[in-house]
Amino acid sequence: MSTMTIDKAGPRRNVKYGSMSRDRAWALRWSYFFLVLFAIFSLTPPLYMLITSLKSSAEISAATNPWWVFHPTLDNYAELLTSNQFLRFFWNSAWVSIIVVTLTMLISVPAAFALARMKFWGSATLATGVFLTYLVPDSLLFIPLFKMFALIGDWTGVQLINRWYVLLFIYPTLTVPFCTWIMIGYFASIPKELDEAAIIDGASWFQTLTRIFIPVALPGLIAATIFAFTVSWAQFLYPLVFTTSTDQLVLPVGIITTLIKGDVFNWGQIMTGALLGAAPPLIIYAFLMDYYIAGLTAGATKG
Amino acid sequence: MADVSLRKVVKRYDDVEAVRGIDLDIADHEFIVLVGPSGCGKSTTLRMIAGLEDISDGDIMIGGDIVNDVPPKDRDIAMVFQNYALYPHMTVAENMSFGLRLKHYPKAEIKARVTEAARLLDITDLIDRKPKQLSGGQRQRVAMGRAIVRNPKVFLFDEPLSNLDAKLRVQMRIEIKKVHQKVRTTTVYVTHDQVEAMTLADRVVVMNKGKIEQIGTPNELYHKPATRFVAGFIGSPAMNFIPCRLEDVGGTLQIRLTDRLAFPLPPARAARYNALPRTDKLLLGLRPEHLTEWHAHLAPGVETFDTVLDVTEPMGMETLVYFGLEGTPVCGRVDPNAGAKDGAPMRLAMDLNNMHLLNEETGVVL
Repeated sequence: MSTMTIDKAGPRRNVKYGSMSRDRAWALRWSYFFLVLFAIFSLTPPLYMLITSLKSSAEISAATNPWWVFHPTLDNYAELLTSNQFLRFFWNSAWVSIIVVTLTMLISVPAAFALARMKFWGSATLATGVFLTYLVPDSLLFIPLFKMFALIGDWTGVQLINRWYVLLFIYPTLTVPFCTWIMIGYFASIPKELDEAAIIDGASWFQTLTRIFIPVALPGLIAATIFAFTVSWAQFLYPLVFTTSTDQLVLPVGIITTLIKGDVFNWGQIMTGALLGAAPPLIIYAFLMDYYIAGLTAGATKG
Repeated sequence: MADVSLRKVVKRYDDVEAVRGIDLDIADHEFIVLVGPSGCGKSTTLRMIAGLEDISDGDIMIGGDIVNDVPPKDRDIAMVFQNYALYPHMTVAENMSFGLRLKHYPKAEIKARVTEAARLLDITDLIDRKPKQLSGGQRQRVAMGRAIVRNPKVFLFDEPLSNLDAKLRVQMRIEIKKVHQKVRTTTVYVTHDQVEAMTLADRVVVMNKGKIEQIGTPNELYHKPATRFVAGFIGSPAMNFIPCRLEDVGGTLQIRLTDRLAFPLPPARAARYNALPRTDKLLLGLRPEHLTEWHAHLAPGVETFDTVLDVTEPMGMETLVYFGLEGTPVCGRVDPNAGAKDGAPMRLAMDLNNMHLLNEETGVVL
């Protein structure tokens, strides 16, 4: 009798348990389905770029399968990497990005600290204001900014237009508000007791920032750095407007203006240039992601 | 080490007065506990002593000097926070020495102080760990260590044990008491837990609605509460308050609880309450331990009565019994072997030698 009861109860329990895991299995299947779909969607363009960059101009214009390389060649890479012009674009981009990232961090980290922690009159409004400035599109700003720099040139004789370093003044208008906003969020998530403890321990505001907040909010700092770098590296409209001479161009504009001659598109080199241009952000992401993901605040307080 | 004084200290947030003019003198070496329900202003008071909150009015003195406008770092105080507030990127040793390093103490002295504090708190083995590798109790020890190494004039504790589980809380309570016995630093300790207050304090300050209700030793507060709030707040289970009135019957003063229940007062109590108007609405304040099981040889002033129990709670060493007196819930403590059962009748004894009489309207203990 008793064995029969167990036999009866057994399958029933299994069914219930099985139905739960079946739900989970289906949820996982759907997740993977959409993840794969998303991966294909976002990886197809770079893959196409890679394929095209390995082809000669003749093969690109030939009516063959565009998804396959029949005669792979590294000529495009060799030509670009030995071209002084391309290397100049690359260095211009690198300098602009590195300096802009540094400037951005020097401005936005103390600004975010002040807005998040040093409660002063109007700090909350100012914090919202900072974010709102980020929402102003650059396509709206480039003409007034151009006029402004032209006027500065007229009045002071300091010519900034058509110099790569004019970008050092312009890019921070995009990066500083957003990075400040990100850092306000990160600093606000640090328990208030931590800076109170530091203040009682005898730290000044500056020491609290450098010795407590920056180390604790390092993941946020890295996120902001990555963002500022990506924005500076990939910016197109401003450099297109403000720089024209070939030796002053940055990479995205340089590729377009020098590799498209009239209606002749040098597709192989355009794709190669774009791929090489995408490499530095990728490398930076790869290196900094570990730090970014590591949650450094664990253990500060009870939670 | 130093004494701390508060003179008519007020804290206003816009229209709300969180602290409404408190006076408090804390002697050198003393362990003072501020206790009260949440929102009573005890934490605000502590934070004003620390300098983390500005004071709206009055004076705060540490070691005789007015420190109203002195920044926290120059007040020579150390604070232990409820959530520990350890620096997560620093090791235990770095956490403890942070304040000393900021003040550029010699390395040898920093090391000596950290080692000594770690030994005192029994965390020597943990000195190179990061806070996230520590348990709650260990983190709390590190937070205390960080305070001790500074050798400040005053220790401030802001509900330091609230985040620990019950068992650890008892253990850490004893640790804190031990540490204070060794270092003897003036201590102000904030808690909402009256047991913590009673066990730790030299003197307890009971606060309510931004004011001090009563200051006294734990025993004074327990046995001679000044107000209904203090009487009800200190002690667990809380004191019973039973509506009553006084009446004269044949030359003796009686206390009448219900139509059927009236007891003559013991002579000492009768003398004390004789002058009171008989018309006043009064409350009889009686602690549960003074409502016990009946037995044959009762002392003078202990009166018996019969009741039917609503609920009983066996606690092991005692059983709590709950019953109603004309709608007023009352709690008593009886021997676990006295045979108390849910819903059963029981004869209880009321020790009127330990009674309190309160004015129902003003809440003052008479």
